Amino acid sequence: MDDFYREEILEHYTHPHHYGRLEHPDISHEESNPLCGDRVRFDIELDGDGQTVKDVRFSGVGCAISKASASMLSDLIIGKTLEEVRKLTNQDVLDELGIDLGPVRLKCALLPLKVIKAGAYGLTGEADDADQEEEW
Amino acid sequence: MLDVARLRTDFPILQREVHGKPLVYLDNAATSQKPESVIRALDEYYRQYNANIHRGVHTLAEEATEAYETARRKVGRFINAYSPKEVVFVRNTTEAINLVAMSWGRQNVREGDVIILSLMEHHSNLVPWQLLAQAVGARLEFVGLDPLGRLVLDGPAVEGDGQSLDRLLRENAGRVRLVGVTGMSNVLGTINPVAEIASRVHEAGALLLVDGAQSVPHLGADVRRLDADLLAFSGHKMLGPTGIGVLWARKEILHSMPPFMGGGDMIKSVHLRSSEWNDIPHKFEAGTPNVADGIGLGAAVDYLAQLGMEEVHAHEQALAAYAMERLASVPHLHIYGPPAEERGGVVTFNLIRDGDLLIHPHDLASILDREGIAIRAGHHCAQPLMEHYGVPATARASFYLYNMESEVDALAEALLKAQQVFGLA
Repeated sequence: MDDFYREEILEHYTHPHHYGRLEHPDISHEESNPLCGDRVRFDIELDGDGQTVKDVRFSGVGCAISKASASMLSDLIIGKTLEEVRKLTNQDVLDELGIDLGPVRLKCALLPLKVIKAGAYGLTGEADDADQEEEW
Repeated sequence: MLDVARLRTDFPILQREVHGKPLVYLDNAATSQKPESVIRALDEYYRQYNANIHRGVHTLAEEATEAYETARRKVGRFINAYSPKEVVFVRNTTEAINLVAMSWGRQNVREGDVIILSLMEHHSNLVPWQLLAQAVGARLEFVGLDPLGRLVLDGPAVEGDGQSLDRLLRENAGRVRLVGVTGMSNVLGTINPVAEIASRVHEAGALLLVDGAQSVPHLGADVRRLDADLLAFSGHKMLGPTGIGVLWARKEILHSMPPFMGGGDMIKSVHLRSSEWNDIPHKFEAGTPNVADGIGLGAAVDYLAQLGMEEVHAHEQALAAYAMERLASVPHLHIYGPPAEERGGVVTFNLIRDGDLLIHPHDLASILDREGIAIRAGHHCAQPLMEHYGVPATARASFYLYNMESEVDALAEALLKAQQVFGLA
């Protein structure tokens, strides 16, 4: 059990990084996982050139996996350009979490990334089909 | 008294280990495990006498037809139907209810009519009626719950969504076409007083449909005593295979209903532009049916009938009572639903402190899984019910004839461990 709920994950869950709201975010996007009731919102502030993530906050309700994932991701994207954010993959999230997840919990872990990427695409107004994960 | 230790040896999967620990399967409301006799019935069918049914004259076809129709009679006797003609094989409870909504519903429910359901219904006894109501312009109303998770039959207006059944029937007199309730809640474990409800529903001139997905496997069903008009249930929740379920309905109702699906087998004769329908129940079984799993369901019914459903229910109710007592020793644990004497073997709970979820049910379920324990976490296909209780999700342990007190002990211990993992001990 300890290897699943690693200290790091529990740490991110009980003391999440960048938890809260931004007053004037450049990007604000929320999505939920109707299967379990997880809900995640990301507020993102961009720097002067509008291309780099300057600050981020996340909020919402959810299980430890989704919260830890959101917290780790918020650390990860600060200082990245929107271009780099859009290139983040599901595997990047899993590498950060460092645990094996079955298909059901996978959805919890990937929800925050989904929110971030949807927000990033929304602002730039581009949707890159090549970026979509293969369903097969 | 059930000899559980011996019964367990009938279920091969119970020998399994999960994460190096013995499997503790407490997710029976989702699906049940299968006894050797059911598995063997499927194997035997495919090895010995697989053939298409009803049409063939050769030996294999005769044997397959005989076995399938025998299974139908077994199911009919199990629920004390008036005739095997009242037993329609479908895919599952959901399909059964959709069949009623599409066939009986479209024919009999008009604009302005009312269908009464309850706040505790599974989505499968809710969404088909939403589709019907939207299509014909009917209205859905809901029986509310009391603080112990029981249907409110009488009395003043209930808080929030939902009213008492009495009030709904009175205020919509003359317009109620159907009342749909679950025989037993898959979340709260509440056993509903179906016969009492039936009498009021009939007095109001409406039909009663019972969602028997939980009640038939765990309480059994006597459709004459229940006085229901329609009953839907699934094979896989009652030791049977997946992909097979039953719609039981009174002969007169089935006779009057138009077909659901059209095609082979549900017809007597076919011309280019019209056809004559077959007799019931075949009128509602189009195409090659799920022969193997129908036969498998017959074997499951044999197993349950031999044990006796009163024995099964008594065992589960005792286990639920034990679980509620044991779980009371777990700090912050809140159980939803009525006292043990009024419920079946379902115990749904959350860890709550100061009104907030202490550990999300998903995390609980993952930690328990690590200990080999299978419970379910989520909304259990009852989102309106979750909303009623103001939680996004709950954790659920559900029992069957092969569960033991030691498994409940394991559950309680694992819940304490979960709190330790989260630094909450």
